[in-house]
Amino acid sequence: MTRPLLDVEGLTKHYSITEGVLRNEVGKVRAVDGISFTVDRGETLGLVGESGCGKSTAATTALRLEEPTDGHVVFDGEDVTAYDDRELKRFRRRAQMVFQDPTSSFDPRMSIGESVAEPLRVHGMRDRERRRRIVGDLLERVGLDAADVDRYPHEFSGGQKQRIGLARALVINPDLIVADEPVSALDVSVQADILDLIDRLQREFGLAIVVISHDMGVVREVCDRVAVMYLGEIVETAPTAELFEDPQHPYTRALLGSTPVADPRRRGQGTKLTGDVPSPSDPPPGCRFHTRCPEVIPDADYDLDAETWRAVLNLRLRAASRGIDVEAVRVYAAAGDDPEAADPEAVRAEIREEFDIPATLPDPRAEEALAGALDRLVVDDVDGAAERLADAFPTVCRRERPGLVPDGTDLSAAEWAAIKEFRVWVATLVDAEREAVAERLEARCANEADREGSVDRLAVRAAFRLPEPLSDSAADRAVSAAVDALLAGRAGDAADELYDAFGPLRERACHLNRGE
Amino acid sequence: MTEPLLSIRDLRTVFHTDEGLVRAVDGVSFDVNRGETVCLVGESGSGKTVTGESITRLIRTPPGEIAGGEIVFDGQDLTALSEAELRDLRGDRIAHVFQNPQGALNPVYTVGWQIVEAIQLHQDVPREEARSRGLDLLDRVGIPEATRRFDDYPHEFSGGMKQRVSLAMALATNPDLLIADEPTTALDVTIQNQILDLLTELQDEFDMSILLITHDLGVVAEVADRVVVMYAGKVMERGDVFDLFERPSHPYTRALLNCLPGRGDGARSIGGKLPSPTDPPDGCRFHPRCDYAVDACREGDQPPAYAVDGDEDHVVSCVHYGPGSDPSVVRGEDEEAVPADGGRAVDGDGGARGDDR
Repeated sequence: MTRPLLDVEGLTKHYSITEGVLRNEVGKVRAVDGISFTVDRGETLGLVGESGCGKSTAATTALRLEEPTDGHVVFDGEDVTAYDDRELKRFRRRAQMVFQDPTSSFDPRMSIGESVAEPLRVHGMRDRERRRRIVGDLLERVGLDAADVDRYPHEFSGGQKQRIGLARALVINPDLIVADEPVSALDVSVQADILDLIDRLQREFGLAIVVISHDMGVVREVCDRVAVMYLGEIVETAPTAELFEDPQHPYTRALLGSTPVADPRRRGQGTKLTGDVPSPSDPPPGCRFHTRCPEVIPDADYDLDAETWRAVLNLRLRAASRGIDVEAVRVYAAAGDDPEAADPEAVRAEIREEFDIPATLPDPRAEEALAGALDRLVVDDVDGAAERLADAFPTVCRRERPGLVPDGTDLSAAEWAAIKEFRVWVATLVDAEREAVAERLEARCANEADREGSVDRLAVRAAFRLPEPLSDSAADRAVSAAVDALLAGRAGDAADELYDAFGPLRERACHLNRGE
Repeated sequence: MTEPLLSIRDLRTVFHTDEGLVRAVDGVSFDVNRGETVCLVGESGSGKTVTGESITRLIRTPPGEIAGGEIVFDGQDLTALSEAELRDLRGDRIAHVFQNPQGALNPVYTVGWQIVEAIQLHQDVPREEARSRGLDLLDRVGIPEATRRFDDYPHEFSGGMKQRVSLAMALATNPDLLIADEPTTALDVTIQNQILDLLTELQDEFDMSILLITHDLGVVAEVADRVVVMYAGKVMERGDVFDLFERPSHPYTRALLNCLPGRGDGARSIGGKLPSPTDPPDGCRFHPRCDYAVDACREGDQPPAYAVDGDEDHVVSCVHYGPGSDPSVVRGEDEEAVPADGGRAVDGDGGARGDDR
């Protein structure tokens, strides 16, 4: 069995920003913006990123605790996004969530026995004695005492409460558990205990687990695979060991480099990121990380080190967002005198200092462009300066949005996205009868079918935007085989073909790795 | 050796609660020298925050009470000062920064107004001058476009920026001592790094001492000059940061280092739980959770501070380091080979030296 338990594809959640009594939409917060990942049975996947990157929203929308704006979630061969209420309830029995704060996730007036048994009651187990037996057994398995059933939440420490939270998630024997920051509210001395327990329960129950965390250490401890998120997108996925040994995306490197290491001899060696995470309501164009990336790629071949280039680019981006207040700089430069009489040279120097740009750039062409832009700033022509800077310091990272591409293949980002979309569509049909498969296929490919209305290989590939041939020959063979199987009505074989060929591949979304 | 800026001796802070007397801080002693960073590290409930708050008596009295000991700040015993005298000291020569910058800033006033207030509270300067000093401060703590942001409200700043603002407020009066209680815990790691860097930078610039309270040994390793490890209201170990990480001596310090997740060699938790605050165990407070506990650990009071390997600046409260005892019980034999100069002589690339990472 090689099909994953969970295949999430193109998952998107946008929140509307509304204004006025009519609640006109004036903008969107792109909390999750088209992310894809798979989780195998018995596997732990880590979703990691800074606060506000959408990792929690990704989890709640994947479980349909919130309605996704777009995308597919296939759980064990069924499309969760198409479930009705009854089906959703059945799904909830198989997918459970554990929350960050163990204190607020329990009703203080319910004994923990009642709390843990509640899912059983909700899902229709009437036998009180049997419920009590199951709960007692589970409490022992998470390291508590069966006699604790009659005690109340406040009698337990944070770590114990988190154990009880796990027991409650496990009580209805789910296949998937999503744990949102399961240890970040706990002291370090008990974190290891809970992480151990998660590991053990996974083996005992054969669970698939998604662990959401901001802490790279936690992720390293329990996860088999990791997906790194930034501003609503996944920027890199990799098996845990590989991710930590050889991080490919600059953001992953920055996250790892920022995590303080308990070794004073290594102090000051971490990566330093400047600036804050941009707002998800107005994400930067191109690569979303380019506003902070220490490895942002210059188009032109200037003789500037990475730090200086970053500083110049910061000036460029700030000018473009009209975020430079020349008036204020002038007040500074005048140092108490009349700002209007401030020496233009002093103003220029002040701007350079504010952005950590050296007094002269080592590259004469770059210096000329920069000086020209500063001259315009001095005369309050921010737009002119922004234009000049944009012309002189272009970067592919701002111009083009890098898509995820898998390692070890020649696939383009668009092809890879199309394959994943095709795969998740096939995955919803694995249990369907031959006729049903043909019917669905016909509907999906209606626009592409030839005049007689019959669906052939070309129509399927056109409908799923899978060019023939794909840039990668092995991938092309797998896709062809899958299309053939599908046309023969064997959706299960088609899915196996695709999941076998494109199992959990290592992926990254960065222009840096393009040339390789 | 000059006098330390802050010298705490046998500090005891207790809280009278319904459940009984809680000895939150129970005989804590340490010094903070001028210009250095001392980190108080421990789990929640170890008394590290109460220690920090006791210095300027920020604890609520009642139920809290400083029951004994002395806190000498620049030659003056703070425990003997009146509330009014302390108020002059707080936010002036001794400044505080807290974990949650949201809570430290007043949401209904602009940040500029609040910084100006902080300056004018302690210094008799005209509003205009206070404003320009405030601007300068905002700029120094790395707020981009300080002039434009000066009249913004706290909610218009991100978490990291708010922490920078509260730092600016703390620095407004050029304090001699900055007490920072978990200043980066609420922040993301990439922002945490920025704030820690800033703290180190400002320390040099303002020539101040920092008492940093944290639970994160990674943060300690990043910024501390000296470290005080606390557990259940007692100091377990105290020493130079390099000595302490090179030769962690108290079983608790060692356990704390071992339970850090993600070092790649498996985290081991500390079994058991914190002792009851109202009824702590006899002997060493850590003995119920300690793998090396012997009968001597279970009776009497917390063991005195013994020097580690004859180094008077690195002390540990553990019977295994006392006269006639053998520390290798705790440390294992292999570590005895560590040279006395520890990691001190090793430069930045020291990680290569027999390091297991």
